[in-house]
Amino acid sequence: MNFPILSSVTFLPLIGALFIFLTQNDADEKNRGAIYVSLFTSFFNLFIALFLWYSFDNNTSDFQFVEEITWISGLIKYKFGIDGISILFIILTAFITPICIISCINSVKTRLKEFLIALLVLETFMIGVFCSLDLVVFYLFFEAGLIPMFLIIGIWGGPRKVYSAFKFFLFTLLGSVLMLVAIIAIYWTTGTTDVTQIYEIKIPEEHQYLLWLAFFSSFAVKLPMWPVHTWLPDAHVEAPTPGSVVLAAILLKMAGYGFLRFSVGMFPNASEYFTPLIFALSVIAVIYTSLVALMQDDMKKLIAYSSVAHMGFVTMGIFTFNTQGIEGSIYQMISHGLISAALFLSVGVLYDRTNSRLIKSYGGLVHIIPKYSLLFMIFALAALGLPGTSGFIGEFLVLVGTFKVNFLVAIVASIGVILAAAYILWLYKRVVFGKLDNIQLKKIKDINFSEGFNLITLSLMVLFFGFYPEPILETIKVSVDNLISNYNFDVGRKITLK
Amino acid sequence: MQYAVLFLPLFGALFGYLIKYFGDIFSQLITTLFVCITAILSIILFYNGISKGDYGNYIIYEWITSGNFIVNWSINIDPLSSIMLVVVSSVSALVHIYSIGYMEHDPDKPRFMSYLSLFTFAMLVLVVSDNFLQLFFGWEGVGLCSYLLIGFWYKKNSANKAAIKAFIVNRVGDFGFAIGIFLIFMYFGTVNYDEVFNLIPEFSKREINFIGLNFNLITLICLFLFIGAMGKSAQFFLHTWLPDAMEGPTPVSALIHAATMVTAGVFLVVRCSPIFEYSEVALNFVAIIGMITAFFAASVALVQNDIKRIIAYSTCSQLGYMFFAAGIGAYHVAIFHLFTHAFFKALLFLGSGSVIHSLKEEQDIRNMGGIWKQMPFTWIAMIIGTLALTGFPFLSGYYSKDAIIEFAYLKQTNIGYAATAVGIVTAFMTAIYSWRLILKTFHGKFNNENLSKSEIHDSRVIIIFPLGILVLGSIFAGFIFKDFLIGKYYDLFWLDSILVLNKFDHSLIPNWILFITPMLVIFAIPLSFYLFIKNNKVLDDIINKNKKIYNFLLNKWYFDEVYSFLFVKPTKVLGSFFWKSGDIKTIDRFGPDGISKIIKIISKKSSKFQSGYIYDYAFVMLIGLSLLLTIFIFYK
Repeated sequence: MNFPILSSVTFLPLIGALFIFLTQNDADEKNRGAIYVSLFTSFFNLFIALFLWYSFDNNTSDFQFVEEITWISGLIKYKFGIDGISILFIILTAFITPICIISCINSVKTRLKEFLIALLVLETFMIGVFCSLDLVVFYLFFEAGLIPMFLIIGIWGGPRKVYSAFKFFLFTLLGSVLMLVAIIAIYWTTGTTDVTQIYEIKIPEEHQYLLWLAFFSSFAVKLPMWPVHTWLPDAHVEAPTPGSVVLAAILLKMAGYGFLRFSVGMFPNASEYFTPLIFALSVIAVIYTSLVALMQDDMKKLIAYSSVAHMGFVTMGIFTFNTQGIEGSIYQMISHGLISAALFLSVGVLYDRTNSRLIKSYGGLVHIIPKYSLLFMIFALAALGLPGTSGFIGEFLVLVGTFKVNFLVAIVASIGVILAAAYILWLYKRVVFGKLDNIQLKKIKDINFSEGFNLITLSLMVLFFGFYPEPILETIKVSVDNLISNYNFDVGRKITLK
Repeated sequence: MQYAVLFLPLFGALFGYLIKYFGDIFSQLITTLFVCITAILSIILFYNGISKGDYGNYIIYEWITSGNFIVNWSINIDPLSSIMLVVVSSVSALVHIYSIGYMEHDPDKPRFMSYLSLFTFAMLVLVVSDNFLQLFFGWEGVGLCSYLLIGFWYKKNSANKAAIKAFIVNRVGDFGFAIGIFLIFMYFGTVNYDEVFNLIPEFSKREINFIGLNFNLITLICLFLFIGAMGKSAQFFLHTWLPDAMEGPTPVSALIHAATMVTAGVFLVVRCSPIFEYSEVALNFVAIIGMITAFFAASVALVQNDIKRIIAYSTCSQLGYMFFAAGIGAYHVAIFHLFTHAFFKALLFLGSGSVIHSLKEEQDIRNMGGIWKQMPFTWIAMIIGTLALTGFPFLSGYYSKDAIIEFAYLKQTNIGYAATAVGIVTAFMTAIYSWRLILKTFHGKFNNENLSKSEIHDSRVIIIFPLGILVLGSIFAGFIFKDFLIGKYYDLFWLDSILVLNKFDHSLIPNWILFITPMLVIFAIPLSFYLFIKNNKVLDDIINKNKKIYNFLLNKWYFDEVYSFLFVKPTKVLGSFFWKSGDIKTIDRFGPDGISKIIKIISKKSSKFQSGYIYDYAFVMLIGLSLLLTIFIFYK
């Protein structure tokens, strides 16, 4: 067996967290040691992830870098492996984590050391989700991710942190329990929990429907889809900035990834059967949450609702089962990871200075903090899907794909794009433009070095992937084609049997 | 050279902004210089095209590849794009020069200049595209720059509102445009112009089921594309943003909201002539919308009092002319009018900017008057611009506007005749409102209470110079280029960049059609002089007798009010309803909050059993036992 690179990239943050545990508390409470250790760990991990991308073979749809160890004999295998879809999420995670750590310097004021530990542990769990090829291992990582996030909201959160943390926990756990039952059921029908084997054995059609619903209930909550989305705005509002960033950028994507890898991969017939349900919920999510976002007076809530709308495009794209739709939705997930991270960081910059998230306490910021205003503008435009930003390519491909399948869904969803322009520009106008009325704002300073580093890096990524999406599209191409041809084969088989 | 034409404005925008730390003047020089070079290069390209047929398609790199959805970044030079290049880059260069003078007191000069250059870049990307998606990129790009420039004075709340309005109304248009692109890709499997246009004849009879109704595919595509064009070109129903866009600085109005961006819709229809030609329904729709807009905007322009808004409605109306020209199949005439219009409308805007600048930001023509002696250059420039706009014989507007009316008549259909009538009536209205503007601004009594007449003087050379160039354009552009664009060489010039299936027969034209418009236009001059200067009472009587019509026009047919009632308010109400009643009162109440409440109640109730007294527990056990026994006996 080769060097276990996937395990390294997964568990390195955990080791880093252990080292942070060993660092001493500074006298001045700045915890420099902890920050250096965590930065080193996360950047090194990003480096490994990029190396992984470099040595990844784009031309095969087989799982690569596979590691397999028997854990509980005959029952669970510790099995890792990645394809063109999962590698991008690993890189996204490895990329967002150092950004979160840098933002901690400004945003987390108490118990920094513990916060960094939670963040690195969370990174391990998130990368584990994208690597694992065994249902039980996947489930463990998927659920374990809840715990650090719960702590991040519950300990470092705002005034209503306990309510939000429990709401988050209640919602996500509810779905997960059903998924666990489904995994056990799969084991009893197929005799294995190895995903690649299940792909080959194929679950009987009549069993697929219930299993699909069980997985769906978990993913729908995590994504989140309408109507189980209400935990997200609360969680975002109360979470500290780095928490919001991880939540929006990566945790939500685990569900989208789950849909692709498990729902579509293992239950093709059921996926086909439930497509109308997904379309309906996605379209409702896009329109409903865009309208709700329009009326928000809290910046973080507005962005949280817009996340729900953007994730609506993701589910819609996945269930088109054509190249543009699925590639678009993967692209949309990656791009939303960058954009939502940047937007939450931007709100965090303001919150750190004034302790207010309310839109009405701002206005006229462009006079005093022009650099910030420019960067915020780039992210706002990316969020409304302006061509030339990464947001456009995902949305447009999804809509092209959806249009092939269903006119009405695509047209109604396109209206969401108009609404996105309305709520984002209105937000930007009220926060950045206009007269400077609030005297308290006159004292605030423009972005400092660490904030600038984060926001400029993200803005360059957003623009780069808007003009040159090939690196991402080429990586996922073969895997997506394989997914679609498997799906078509399975669904087609059903038709020939009848 | 093609690359230089396209990318110089972009570099100008970037460098111009970054170099501001050395001083504003560097930004102004860099941006202006780069755009001027672009203008010269595009004139050379145009000349090479005419003289040597030097056209071609240059692919930069692949933008998106997803399955069979393949899109390139490209520079496509053909007759249509080369003439658009000339219009865009030359007007842009003049506006850059003008802005150096006009914005001299503004603290944000580098930002302004780099927005202008960025806009020029986006517009050039739109023009030289060889596929629908790059066109869409430029389309939204110019929309963004327009948004940024309308809201340039971000302290003004009205400017911010106007900017958002412009962006969102345009997005409504873009929504239609995007659906057009989806349809094209779905049926033709490509978004490249040439490939699509080659497939069109095969699909001309194809019927598709669209949301339960049967449509002709080509018609449907054309209608959706045209919705995009309506948004960008401010046509009836989607025109409301254009007058408000006048909140931006005047050079912006000249460049974006008169000469270039708003003509993108016309460009789109002409570019897609190989599609539109196969759908009679769509062409008629284009023509009808064009006619309505031409008439509507002219009628509103008659009574407005803001100097820039009058010209904005005039732009709207002239765009209507271009559209009905395209709708009757005279695409080349539409482009010819676009070409001449760019000169005289930019001239009028820049001239009015000069007036506004001299009058210390006064825009209401009721507060002007009698200043022609104080600013003679501006006065002459505006007079020439007005003559050209109204179609005074042998100025540039005369050739293009009369050609539109003539071709409408030659169409020999009901739509064609209607267009002829609308064209003539609107030309007369155009003359009236244009002369009203000139007379109220420069003649009659001086009405401004905040300024004394002696303070007013003509603008500096840097403002007058671009006006001079545009004056030359307004006088000669029509005469010089008519042979190439619509006259005897037009087949040689256009090659295959536009498609016309039914050729026009020029022998059918009666003489009265050729004379009636110029006659009306000339007659309008003394008439306006009488109404607006000599004898105000007649006018007041007319207004008082028709107060309702007057108010209807003054309030722009109440479009803003109706839209606010139909779209803006319901959207907000719906948003609040979904949030308050949907999320909070339904989902949360019966979801997580409900569950936790129930659990709380149950646990409270059940905790009462644990009283600690032995007889309580004994009693509960007794009940349990008897229940079990009952069940046991019952089922036995």
